[in-house]
Order: sequence, then structure tokens, then C-alpha cells
Amino acid sequence: MTPLAVQALLQVANAQHELSTGHAIIASIIKLLIIFTVWMVTVALLTLAERRIAGWIQDRQGPNRVGPQGILQPAADGLKNLMKEETEPANAYMPIFRLAPAISFIPALIAWAVIPFAAPWPSPWGLVPMVLTDLPIGYLYILAVSSLGAYGLILAGWSSANKYALLGGLRASAQLISYEVALGMSVIPVLLLTGNVTLSSFVETQAAGGFNWNILNLTMGFFIFIVAAFAETNRLPFDMPEAESELIAGYHTEYSSMKFSMFMISEFAAMLTISSLMVTLFFGGWDIPFTSWDNVAPWSTAKTLATLAVFVLKTGFFIFTFMWVRWTLPRFRYDQLMALGWRVMIPLAMAYMVIIAVAVLVLDRVGLSAGPGQAMALFGLNLVLLVGMFFIFDRGRLISPAAARVSPSELARLRSVALRPPTTAEARD
Amino acid sequence: MARTYLPVLLLTAFVVFNAAAIIVLSTLLVRRRPTPEKSAPYESGIPVIGLSRQRFSVKFYMVAMLFIIFDIETIFMIPWGVHFRQLSCSAPLLATGGCPAGQTSFFGLGEMLVFMLILLVGYIYVWKKGALQWD
Repeated sequence: MTPLAVQALLQVANAQHELSTGHAIIASIIKLLIIFTVWMVTVALLTLAERRIAGWIQDRQGPNRVGPQGILQPAADGLKNLMKEETEPANAYMPIFRLAPAISFIPALIAWAVIPFAAPWPSPWGLVPMVLTDLPIGYLYILAVSSLGAYGLILAGWSSANKYALLGGLRASAQLISYEVALGMSVIPVLLLTGNVTLSSFVETQAAGGFNWNILNLTMGFFIFIVAAFAETNRLPFDMPEAESELIAGYHTEYSSMKFSMFMISEFAAMLTISSLMVTLFFGGWDIPFTSWDNVAPWSTAKTLATLAVFVLKTGFFIFTFMWVRWTLPRFRYDQLMALGWRVMIPLAMAYMVIIAVAVLVLDRVGLSAGPGQAMALFGLNLVLLVGMFFIFDRGRLISPAAARVSPSELARLRSVALRPPTTAEARD
Repeated sequence: MARTYLPVLLLTAFVVFNAAAIIVLSTLLVRRRPTPEKSAPYESGIPVIGLSRQRFSVKFYMVAMLFIIFDIETIFMIPWGVHFRQLSCSAPLLATGGCPAGQTSFFGLGEMLVFMLILLVGYIYVWKKGALQWD
């Protein structure tokens, strides 16, 4: 490291000193490069993890030849994609066709900037917060940036001049915007309890008193969030935009080589972001449960490493859940998907928000405004709501199979049409 | 203030640079040998029938319009959610985030219920009109 960079780091988090702008930029760049590299390597390894887990679930090996346990497979894939000839459809609208991968790539790779991933690290140069930047708008930043990715998908689908790609792009845009509403609303109860939108304050509130995770306070909010998160990342059971058996590869049918890679990278990066967001919102972020050792000063390297390990573990679990669900649940039908989004998720999220608001108000009135008492009361309320919700969500009531849609009278009419002999006009056809 | 947002700006610049580099690099490294077959749209290997620039269902437009309404509602609810505990307390909040005894008020809840009621009327109207009916 150059002396200038060391000097910048020396001053980076030393709150007493105001950094000069030049030093602030250098310090930010160093931090950014380190975190970004680790993040990108993780994303690359996720593509391997996806295939290895798929192999494990289907009782086969998966890619295990390139390097020990196939660990270098992502590098080999990347190199191969870089060297592949790129085909471009003759009818495609080229400016947008070339720009679309970048439009989906950029938001996916900048959305993680506000997620805190460990306790602050007391470096030799001052206390370094383990987050790229703790924006005061925190959650709103993620919401705003991640929704930009939808443009990439719809533009890719439209500009390819391919009917399957167009359908994939349309489906993607309709699906993303439908579930974004539910995603946004399901987080409002978290804001109600936290009273802030920065992600560090989410962690702080949930770490209070050792264990105050929102998964207990807002269990149902988490369920709404995780369903919306699956839809937002185009993962099964909501992978309509790239349903292989229906649409070839959906919006990226016509893309090859590095442009295809860019779509893949943004998809996996989005999955990583939403998993770590889930951890931060509902599972205490980097907090180690049942102890306050990890979230009080004096900070130490051990605390940073321990909290980082816990964060990685929690996020890894949700990543695994994403891949696990892929091989567990079949794909929805598109009308079921839209019905679930607009007729179930949105009213559910709205009703839940009002219920939690009333509950917080009532608990404030009886004096249970914080701590274990409030958590237990809210958890009890959530259990009651969940029993009701799962009863309604039971198979056939809400997401009905195709046959159950038809009313008995309609069925009788269809049968009579099918069974009677055709009229002369019909016979002529 | 600007310092907090500086890393986001740098990250964006860095990622934009990366995206451009990837596209340029893959263009430079590989020689293209297009043939009519390669540049035809891939539709499962079957000769292409018709154009892809077709009109598509009006439902997609409808969903987009409804999305704008509901997403703006969500954005309105975020500041309400953040300030809810202060809105439902007629005295300054305690350090724990709670309200001093006997000072709770229904102001915050009432305000939002009026807002949500109006939204609900619109939602029911949209539902009854069949805009949420996909098939």
C-alpha cells in the first residue's frame, strides 16, 4: 500500500478528524475494492454452489473436476464465456440489445452497499465500520436500486426480436412490479418497531437485550417478505420469466457469451443481496444471539471475525433455502402467480401492517413498549395469525388447480356439451 | 452528508466501468463469423413464423398502472411507519422507544386508517372491475 493510502486509512474512521476530500476518496476506494472483490468471488462461488446442491439433491455429483471439489469451475466458466463467439440476432434493436445486460448488471451489483456484515473493526488506523456506507436512507436505497433491474429484463426481452424473449421480458416486468409492492409493505412493520430506515439501526434494535430478533416479533412479515423475495429474484417457484419448458430461456434466450454471463451474475448477486437483507431485517444481521458480548464496545478483531462468521452462516442458510426450494416446489402458473401477488400478498401485507400498528399502540398503552414482554406478546399474536393464514393457504383454497376453478353448474354444462352429438353446423366445421 | 454518499458514487462508477469493460473485452477478444442461421431468432430450431414486434395483452399495461399507484402508497407509508411511535404519543418518547404512561394517542393510527380506507375503496373498485383477473 502506498504511504498516501496508509495515511488515508489512518484517518478514515477517526471521528475527531475531518478527512480531506482526497483522503476520504482514497480510503473509500480501498474499502470498496476489498469488499467488492470478496462479494464478487462469493457470487461466482454461488453459481458453483447452485450446481453442487442441485447435484446433491438429485443424488448425483455435480461439477467436481476443475480444482478440488470443482472450486475453480466458476473461473473456467467465466473464461469460456469470455472466449465464446457472440451471436447477435439480425432483427434485434442493437443499441438496447447491447445495453440491456449492463442495465440489469449495474443495479444488482450496487444494491449491497448499505448492508452491514460485521461488528466494527478496530483497525490500527481507527475504527472501521463493517459496511461500505451506512446511508441514512438505508432500506429505501435498496428498494430503489433493486427495482431498476426490471428495466434490464424488459429491454432485453423486447430488443431481442424473439417471441419467447418478448414473453419472458413481459412476464418478468409484470412479476417484478407486482411483488415489489408486497415486498415494500412487508418491511413497514420492521420500520414501525425500529423507528428508522438505516440498516445499522435494524441490527442495533434486534441486538438489544441479547435477543430481540424480528423473526419473533414479526414472524408473518418474514413469510410475506420471503415469498416476495423469491418472486423478485425470479427463483422457483416463481421463475416465469425464464421458464425453460415454456419459454426456452425467457428474456435472455438470444444472449450468449459474456452478455449471458452478466445476466447470470446479476441474478446471483440479487439473490445474495436479498438473502443478506432478509438476515438484516428479520434475523438480527451480524448479531450473535443470546449474548451482548458482540455488540458493545470495546471492539476487537475477534468480535469482528465472530460476527462476520455468524452473518455468513445466516446468509448462507437463506442462499441454501433458495436452492433447496428450487428442487422442492413446482412452478406456478402465470395467472396463479399474478393472483397470489395482487389478491393475496398485497391485502395480506396491508392488513398485517395495520394489525402490528394496533398491537404496538395497545402494548404501549399497557406499558409493554420494549424488551422481552413486547417481543413475547407480538410473537403470540403472530402465532395466532400464522395458524389462520396457513389454514387459508391450505391447498386448493387459494391457489387452486385448474380443475377446481370450474363451478359445478359450469362443469355440468361442459359435460352436456361434450356428451351430446354435434349439431350439423358443428359437424361441418 | 456528501461523505456518506461518496462510496455509493464510487461503487456505481466502478461497476459501470466493469460492465463496460466486460462488453468491450468480449467484443475485442472474439472474432464473429455470423451466418444467416446464427443470426436468425432462436425459436426452438423451428423456422420463425411471423414477427416478434406484435401487440401484447393490455393486462401488462394495466398491471404497470396499478403498480404505480400501489408503490407510491407504499412509499407514503414508509415515513409513517418510521414515525408511528412518536405520532401515537402526545409526549416525547422515552429512551426505550416507548411512550410515557397515559400519553398514548390514536392520532397516527387514525390518520393512516383514513388513508388506507381510501386506498381500500380503490382496491375493491379495481378488483370488481376485473383488473386483477388474469385469465
